[in-house]
Amino acid sequence: MKLFADSLGWQAFRRNPLSLTGLLLVVLVVAAALFADLIAPYPSHAGPIGDFAAISAPPSNQYLLGTDTIGRDLLTRILYAYRLSLEMAAVVLAITTPVGVLIGLAAGYFGPITSYVLMRVTDVFLSIPPLVLALSITGFLEPSAIHGMMAVAAMWWPWYARLAYNLTRAEKQEGYVLAAETIGASVPHILFREILPNCMPAIFTKMTIDVGFVILIASSLSFLGLGAQAPTPDLGSMVADGAKYMPDAWWLSVFPALAILLVVMGFNLLGDGLREAADAGR
Amino acid sequence: MPPLLQTLLHRLVASLVVLVGVSMLMFLIARVIPGDPARIALGPNATEAQVQALRHERHLDEPIPIQYWHYVSDVARGDLGNSLYSNRPVSVDIAQYLPATLELVFAAGLMMVVLGIPVGVLSARYRGRVGDHVGRVGAIIAVSTPAFVWGVILQLVLAYLWHLFPIEGRLTASLSAPPAVTGFVTIDAILAGDGTVLLDALHHLILPALALAMAGIGQTARLTRASMVETYQKPYIEMAQAYGFRERRIANRYAFRPALVPVLTILGLDLAALLGNAFLVESVFGWPGLSRYGVEVILHKDLDAIVGTVLIIATGFLIANIVVDLLVAVVNPRIRFATGQS
Repeated sequence: MKLFADSLGWQAFRRNPLSLTGLLLVVLVVAAALFADLIAPYPSHAGPIGDFAAISAPPSNQYLLGTDTIGRDLLTRILYAYRLSLEMAAVVLAITTPVGVLIGLAAGYFGPITSYVLMRVTDVFLSIPPLVLALSITGFLEPSAIHGMMAVAAMWWPWYARLAYNLTRAEKQEGYVLAAETIGASVPHILFREILPNCMPAIFTKMTIDVGFVILIASSLSFLGLGAQAPTPDLGSMVADGAKYMPDAWWLSVFPALAILLVVMGFNLLGDGLREAADAGR
Repeated sequence: MPPLLQTLLHRLVASLVVLVGVSMLMFLIARVIPGDPARIALGPNATEAQVQALRHERHLDEPIPIQYWHYVSDVARGDLGNSLYSNRPVSVDIAQYLPATLELVFAAGLMMVVLGIPVGVLSARYRGRVGDHVGRVGAIIAVSTPAFVWGVILQLVLAYLWHLFPIEGRLTASLSAPPAVTGFVTIDAILAGDGTVLLDALHHLILPALALAMAGIGQTARLTRASMVETYQKPYIEMAQAYGFRERRIANRYAFRPALVPVLTILGLDLAALLGNAFLVESVFGWPGLSRYGVEVILHKDLDAIVGTVLIIATGFLIANIVVDLLVAVVNPRIRFATGQS
C-alpha cells in the first residue's frame, strides 16, 4: 500500500498503541476465520448436530466458551460465524464502494442538475434509517444470509456517494484538474486517472472502518431473525437465541456479543490509525 | 427574505423532494417483489374471484404509475391503507405504537447530548492524559457494540443480577397507565399529577434508553473531542491565551461553540440510527413500540403497513434534520448570515 510505503505514516501508526491493537485484533479475527477448520476444537459443531451429553455446559477446559442448548461448542460456532461475517462484509463493500464512488464522482464533477438529481436520490436512501431500510427489504424477500447482504448493500452505497461527492468537489478546484482540462484530456481520463486516485486514501480508510460496521448491521438483522438462518453459525442470532436463557446460561449471549465487539472495534481502530497515519505522512 | 427563512424554505423543498422519493422507492420495492399482494392478503383458501375483487378494489390490476398515483392521493388524505396483520387502518396502528418508540428515542437523544458532549469536552481539555485515554477507549467500545448487545449486557448485569432496574416493559403491571394525552407515559403521568407512575415509568425507561444511546454517546464524545481539539489550534484561541483569559472562559466561550456545529449536524444524522436501533432495543426490553409491530408486519408481508411505517419514520427523520439545521444556523453566525445556499 502506498500508505505504508511512506515511512512517516508507518511511524505514526506504530507509535499509537490503539492503532496497533486494532491491527492485532483484525489479524487475529481474519486468521481465525480463514483457519477455522484447523483451529476449531469441534468442526462438526458448525452444523446442526452437537453433543447431546453436554447440553448448555458452562465454560470449562473441554469447552472453553461453553456449549449451546443442543450441546454445540460455542468457540467453534463463533469461529465459523466470523467467517460468514467477514464474507458478508467483503461482498457488501465490493458491491457498494464502486457504485457509490461512481455516483459521487459524477455528482461532484458534472453540472448542478446532475449533481442535484444524484444527491437527492442519495438523500432518499439516507433519510430511511439504515436498519429500517434493510429490514423492509429483507421483509419483502425471504430472510436469508444472501438477502441480508443485499439489504445491507442497498443502504450502504449512499455513504460512499456522499464521501466521493465531497472529495470530488474539493479536488475539482485543484490546479492539476484544470491543467488536465486545458490540455483537452477526456472526461473519463480526468475522473478515473486524475481525481479518483487522489480520493482513494479516504475511501480506503472508510472501507476499513466499514468492514466492522457492516458486520454490526448484519448481526443486527440476524438478531431480529432476518439474516442467516439456522443451522448456519451467526453472531447476531447466537446472541438472540442465548438471550432467552438469561441469566442462567449467560455465556450463550455474552461470548458471541463480545465476539462482535472485538471485530467491530478492531476494524474501527485500524481504520482510525490508517487515517491518522495518512494525515501524518502528508 | 431573511436568510434564515430562506434556508428554511430551501430545506423544506429539498425534504419534500426526498419524501416523494422515499414513497416512490418503497412503493417500487413493494410492487416489484415476487408474489401477488392480493393473494398473500387473502391466504391460500380464497377463491380466484375473491382475489380478483381485491385486486380491483386495491387498484392492483392497473399499471404501476397509476397505482402509485392512487397511493399518493390516499396518503395526501392521511390514508396509509389497511394493515392485513391487524385488520385496522395503518395510521391507527402507527398512532398507537409510535409514541412509545418516540419516548425511547427522545430519552436516548437526550442522553447522547447530556453524556456525550461533556465526555468529549473533558477529553479535549485534558488531551493526552489518562482521563483522555480512558474516555477515548470507552467511546470506541461504545461505538463498536451493537445496540442489542448493550441491551442484553445491561439487562443481564443491572436488571437480572443487581436488580437495579426492571427487566422489561414500560410500566409495572399493577399500575394503570395515566390517561393518554401525548402517548408518552412519563409526560402523561406529569399531566395527570401521578408521581408514582412517573417514577415507575422513568425507572423502566432508563435502561432501554441507555442501551439505545450508548453508540451515540460514544460517537458524540469522539466528535466533540476531535472538533474541540481542532478549534483549540485556531489562532484566535492562541490569542485569547496570550491575552491571559482564564482557561475555563476560553474553553466555554471560544472553543466550545464553534466545536458544536459538526456535533449538531451529526446528531441529526444519528437520529436515523436511533430510530433504526430502537427496533433492536425494543425487542430486548419488550418495549411496546413500533418495533414489535414493524417486525410482525414484515414477517407477514403486510405491504401497506411496511410502506406506511417507513414513510412515517422518514418524515420524522427529515423534520428532525430541518430542526438541526436551524439550530446550527442559530449557533453559527457564518451560516445564519450567509445566503440560503446549503
